[in-house]
Amino acid sequence: MSDQKPIDIQDFVPHDGATRAPYSSADFDGDVDPSRDDFNEGLDLPDINTTPMYINIGPTHPATHGTFRVYARLDGETVEKAGVDIGYLHRGFEKIVEIKQYGQVIPYTDRLNYCSGLTNNVAYCKAMERMMGLEITERTRMIRLIIMEIQRIMDHMICCGAIIVDIGALTNFWYFFNAREKLNELLEALTGARLTYSYTRIGGLAWDLPPGWRDNVKAVLKEIPPAIADVRGLVEKNRIFQDRTRGVGAISAEDAISFGWTGPCLRSTGADLDLRKVRPYYGYEQFDFDIPVGANGDAYDRVIVRIEEMNESLKIIHQAIDRVPDGPINVDDKRVTLPAKDKVHTSMEALINHFKLVIEGVQPPAGRIYDATETPNGELGFYIISDGSGHPYRIKVRPPCFYTMNGLKFLIEGGMVADIVAILGGLNVIAGELDR
Amino acid sequence: MNQNDTARHDALVLKVRERFGNAVLDVDRSFDDCALIVDRTALRDVLLYLKNEHRFNLLMDIAGVDCMNLPKYRERFELIYMLYSVPDDLRVRVEIAVPELEMDVPTVSDLWKSANWAEREAFEMFGFNFVGHPCQKRLLTHHEFVGFPLRKDYPIMGGQWCTSTSDMTEELNEPR
Repeated sequence: MSDQKPIDIQDFVPHDGATRAPYSSADFDGDVDPSRDDFNEGLDLPDINTTPMYINIGPTHPATHGTFRVYARLDGETVEKAGVDIGYLHRGFEKIVEIKQYGQVIPYTDRLNYCSGLTNNVAYCKAMERMMGLEITERTRMIRLIIMEIQRIMDHMICCGAIIVDIGALTNFWYFFNAREKLNELLEALTGARLTYSYTRIGGLAWDLPPGWRDNVKAVLKEIPPAIADVRGLVEKNRIFQDRTRGVGAISAEDAISFGWTGPCLRSTGADLDLRKVRPYYGYEQFDFDIPVGANGDAYDRVIVRIEEMNESLKIIHQAIDRVPDGPINVDDKRVTLPAKDKVHTSMEALINHFKLVIEGVQPPAGRIYDATETPNGELGFYIISDGSGHPYRIKVRPPCFYTMNGLKFLIEGGMVADIVAILGGLNVIAGELDR
Repeated sequence: MNQNDTARHDALVLKVRERFGNAVLDVDRSFDDCALIVDRTALRDVLLYLKNEHRFNLLMDIAGVDCMNLPKYRERFELIYMLYSVPDDLRVRVEIAVPELEMDVPTVSDLWKSANWAEREAFEMFGFNFVGHPCQKRLLTHHEFVGFPLRKDYPIMGGQWCTSTSDMTEELNEPR
């Protein structure tokens, strides 16, 4: 039997009355003795749990995918209050197009959502064509539909890849980007560019499909489903991914609509608003595809809805690729289409037509129009005011990101700092479109 | 375009005219769109009516226009509210004319949250004053920026040198 006394906590209580952990001063190397009275003297540390901390996330944080700034007041790791500052990429799109011709606006639209430039090209040309009462040819219609769906897949691959990287899984990004590279090569063969395509023209396309392009598309389409399946397999039932995204940044359908959300972010809340279904253009009504919707409107749903949408887009391309009819790609309308080069060299009328189109540009009738297209991020709208001249009087872009970003403050307040990254990635905010 | 859009727009215009009478100044039906041009004093009432009675629950966009160089206009500025009804799949625009010397417009950011940033953009680009807006600060342009860049008398090359950082207290304290 030992005659040791049981340790009594009172033995270690310093004389000022504060309780201390029962360690001995012998644990320290002699310089610092925690039992000394003057141990904390001069430090005067305030309680760290009650002092708010202010941090900047961005404008150049790698997880913001573009330049914008979130200024947050933190209580520990909880975001108490947050302010969102955008405009770092404001280029004055709406101002510069006022001195351009209508046709010269097309390259500027590439820079709106630079992850899916072709969709913006089509959206702008579609608005202009409705304004001028042009009925584009069946071949152009089908080509535009196919390239828009290819761009939808590419845009969703960036978004889903990036959010998963942001919360710590790099492999998926490469799975998506290997497949995306194949799609990129397709578009490079078609347009000559890899980022800023400027492929459409008012009333048609810049040029026709290169030979063998449709067979290449069919070959590449076979490589996309394995990539999607790989990522799904790694992500969908992954415990870490679910913990990081389930219930994070959740929003109800009513709130999302009030914030002006459209596209996959709105559909993740359960509202099935998709212009391809409710207002079919370019013959979307002929194709068999579904609109995937989520249930909770959280970051997890936003990713899964996008992955499902990629599969639906693949279905559309599979059906459309064999339906591209032969025929002209440009409308036969002197107001928008340049005459054939051999005619310009031989016919006076064609020469004058060419001259007037190049110098004066396309001249739509005076009036106002709002036209919307379902882009990968949501509804991209162009509100165009024409005064009858060759320059747009005013073009107002309705970018989907702008309104998605408006809801960010609502989503991140009350959550954790680390969740900001997961929420931002799922919203797929593209700064080029956000700031214009 | 849906075939019955014209009929539904007709019915809507009829109801709005019935309710607001002379406050509806004109209706623009060009390009199969429907735009109600209303008196600016009745703006909030018309928008409230459209939201509550006709389920226009999505405010797509607010566009400001400087009409200075147009051949014909009511006042120098215009504001265009683009509404969309998710349950009914119908679009309508509400337009008001705003004189240059009296640019106060009631805010609708309490009706639709999307109006918050849309109104801030219209404020910084044209100089509209949205009465009752929770945080009317420059959004896309720098907070030191002077003038309203999308006005027609603002030069295209009128860049400004702005350097200081915004402290963002207003955004931080804005109620969510």
